[in-house]
Amino acid sequence: MAQANITGEMIGNSFPHPDKWKWYHYFTFNVDHKVIGIQYLVSAFFFYLVGGAMALVMRAELATPSSDLVDPNFYNALLTNHGTIMIFLWIVPGAIGGFGNYLVPLMIGARDMAFPKLNALAFWITVPAGLLIVGSFFFGGAQSGWTSYPPLSLITANTAQSMWILAIVCAGTSSILGALNFIITIWKMRVPSMGWNDMPLFCWAILATSLLALFSTPVLAAGLVLLLFDINFGTSFFRPENGGDVVMYQHLFWFYSHPAVYLMILPIFGIMSEVIPVHARKPIFGYKAIAYSSLTICIIGLFVWVHHMFTSGTPPWMRMFFTVSTLIVAVPTGVKIFSWVATLWGGKIRYTSAMLFAIGLLAMFVFGGLSGVTLGTAPVDIHVHDTYYVVAHFHYVLFGGSVFGIYAGLYHWFPKITGRMLNEPLGKVHFILTFIGTNLTFLPMHELGLKGMPRRVAMYDPQFQYINIICTIGAFVLGLSILPFLINAIWSWSNGPKASGNPWNAKTLEWTTDSPPIIENWDVLPVMTEGPYAYGEEPAEVSS
Amino acid sequence: MKQIPAPLWTLTIGVIVTLVSLWVGFNNDWLPEQASAQSVLVDNFFNVMVVIGTALFLVVEGTIVYCMVQFRRRKGDDTDGLAIDGNLPLEAFWTAIPAVIVIGLGIYSVQIFQDMGGFAPGDQVHEHGTRLAQASTAPLGDLTAAEVDEALLAQSVYGIGAPLDKEGQAADLEVNVAGMQYAWIFTYPNSGIVDGELHVPVNADVKLNISANDVIHSFWVPQFRLKQDAIPGKETELRFVATKPGTYPVVCAELCGGYHGAMRTQVIVHSPSEFNNWLEQRTAQAETGTAETVAINPADLTDADYLAPYGKAAGVESHLLAHLSD
Ligand code: HEM
Ligand SMILES: [Cu+2]
Ligand SMILES: [Cu+2]
Repeated sequence: MAQANITGEMIGNSFPHPDKWKWYHYFTFNVDHKVIGIQYLVSAFFFYLVGGAMALVMRAELATPSSDLVDPNFYNALLTNHGTIMIFLWIVPGAIGGFGNYLVPLMIGARDMAFPKLNALAFWITVPAGLLIVGSFFFGGAQSGWTSYPPLSLITANTAQSMWILAIVCAGTSSILGALNFIITIWKMRVPSMGWNDMPLFCWAILATSLLALFSTPVLAAGLVLLLFDINFGTSFFRPENGGDVVMYQHLFWFYSHPAVYLMILPIFGIMSEVIPVHARKPIFGYKAIAYSSLTICIIGLFVWVHHMFTSGTPPWMRMFFTVSTLIVAVPTGVKIFSWVATLWGGKIRYTSAMLFAIGLLAMFVFGGLSGVTLGTAPVDIHVHDTYYVVAHFHYVLFGGSVFGIYAGLYHWFPKITGRMLNEPLGKVHFILTFIGTNLTFLPMHELGLKGMPRRVAMYDPQFQYINIICTIGAFVLGLSILPFLINAIWSWSNGPKASGNPWNAKTLEWTTDSPPIIENWDVLPVMTEGPYAYGEEPAEVSS
Repeated sequence: MKQIPAPLWTLTIGVIVTLVSLWVGFNNDWLPEQASAQSVLVDNFFNVMVVIGTALFLVVEGTIVYCMVQFRRRKGDDTDGLAIDGNLPLEAFWTAIPAVIVIGLGIYSVQIFQDMGGFAPGDQVHEHGTRLAQASTAPLGDLTAAEVDEALLAQSVYGIGAPLDKEGQAADLEVNVAGMQYAWIFTYPNSGIVDGELHVPVNADVKLNISANDVIHSFWVPQFRLKQDAIPGKETELRFVATKPGTYPVVCAELCGGYHGAMRTQVIVHSPSEFNNWLEQRTAQAETGTAETVAINPADLTDADYLAPYGKAAGVESHLLAHLSD
């Protein structure tokens, strides 16, 4: 009870609020975690469209081997900012900021996050990040890739590059603040009836993600600040001509950015663990294995970063050590995949759009994981590093994984968030187009890379044109696939059939309140009477 | 379906999966031609992973599809599925199997890496005797750098060095490779030849000393399966034996600016006699100073100028063609 009181005091008393938020409240410094969650989701989706448009321009350029559509330097600005936007302004803020903020307090029976003002601050820091990225295009745009390796990043488009660095530092600061907030909230504010092992797996995933963000983000920030100094203040941390060490930058960068890939997938794993049991009508298989494998992934994930540097200035022992550590990460990742498949086994699967995206994710993530293992071994990576094979790998895990997961989450929680149901047939059209588009775009890229096409090129050897055209067609199918979703979401938000408090008949606590929830979530805080995944079971069995 | 016992099904599926995986692993043509000693090692390793990966892929995807069909909700059925929430032996099994696989792959990686020469970058000649003995068997021995740069020895060198059986021995041929926006410059230290393309003899043990003049580049020959970044301020090397005469692309794999995609040239693997001819001709040219085509400072060029001669191979192609035709 004491824990519940903390929440009550924090928001109920100190922040007077109307009965219902009006539309304009969503454009203000609002401390309600649900408002913040929606702010994150909507702004992230906006940037997804921006980043996606950039990708279509790039794919159009790559329909022909020569550089004939856009200026090659502008092509580099597109590829740099496409990656940056998708990572720092779409997947991370969407999955962690959006779903994390919206769902964590609701899932643990809290009225808000532990530090609501800090939470709002964390969101509003991402706004300058977005503006800086957009603004950098007036100065040519940063052109040295989302990895921004010096010396290239020191000598190319200095103003835009500096703006890019500041944008990432803002996004990073936001994620550190968010992470702190999540850890304390999950640790301290669960309803008293919820023990650690009764907690929904999404919360475990957010907890693991937050710990990871807290350890790794400061290192990236440090690396980027040094880069900023080199560009603007005459220092030479990474200027080889003055004795600086360019490989040191790569270590600093990847020490964060390998974990960053887990920042982009662990919350998605959390979404999977919620969506699959509900729509398969079965308890999640291997709760503890899934919960603890997230933590294992985080810990091992801090020690694999050099697999991005196998062809760089890395000594043999390092190449071998990180080959082995990378291979080991595949084990806890596999555990999760197998557990979800086992959750399907013996279920009564309902093919809702949410479930289709979740199963689609499962099918594609397996493939991305397997290509990841081949990349993890130095001998093979030496051949395929910095080729389209890597591009194929990370789009299978990021598009086939993270983006599909966000869609699964959107279809699943849209009724909770808006109080309206989405249209299912449109959702299915969306799924089918996205699934076809993803595979058409990214499957052929494996062969491109293996056969010899490097990544980040605006012009390429004509022998690769045929495969590139297939990829380009796939990309436009993906572009098209957004339409049914946009139409569906916009139309249903105001006109969809009204959703009940628990339309999927799910068991986690967010479904015990209205859709959308009242401002402080519940009049009376809920009590856990059964496990979060107690499908097909008598409630009594769980509490024992 | 009722008549066939489950173990038989499992066995049949197992056999089919194994056969299909083996077939995919060893009959795919996803990799380019093999043209170096290392390429064979890398491909075998890759294909073993393809076999394992295909098997896992088929089993997992097969299970997903089976579940989707078998365990779909039937019309009018609003009940829940089975209340199974775990199975320790099963979970232990699917943790242990991948663990064993990745440990196996880890050991295999180390083995392949060693065979490729991965443990010996920066390894230099100390026993001149060995080198001379080698020189007599290989007609190219006299191309080896006579003096080992002592300063270079003191510094760490990264990359791929001599394979196990050649450790401590000098390469048959050394070439200095410098990457710059957006070209590769190949310098033959013994003969003073400077070229925009790499010429090497087949079956010779070649060592490339790689450096970068401006930003990071990455020297990659897909047909050799070898890649090494060229890093300003660091020494890197690649040592390889080209096994097949022919012309292969040299590709820059690290983003180095607007024309990164155009930073391509070729490596020409000659027969030994052809190579010696090339060498003689180029040495003669170097003495008369015609090699300057590639020595111009790219900073003085506009992008258009820059790309124009690209592919013309800096005046070398004609000689090469002459050799190839005889
Ligand atoms: C079984 C698990 C995985 C393994 C073993 C693995 C391994 C690797 C390796 C070795 C690379 C470096 C390749 C190279 O640059 O040469 C890589 C690249 C990458 N991976 Fe994974 N990966 C796995 C899963 C994931 C997941 C889950 C994500 C994100 C959702 C991800 C995202 C990325 C990204 C974004 C890159 C490219 C970074 C860049 O160079 O721009 N990977 N992966
Ligand atoms: Cu990584
Ligand atoms: Cu390049």
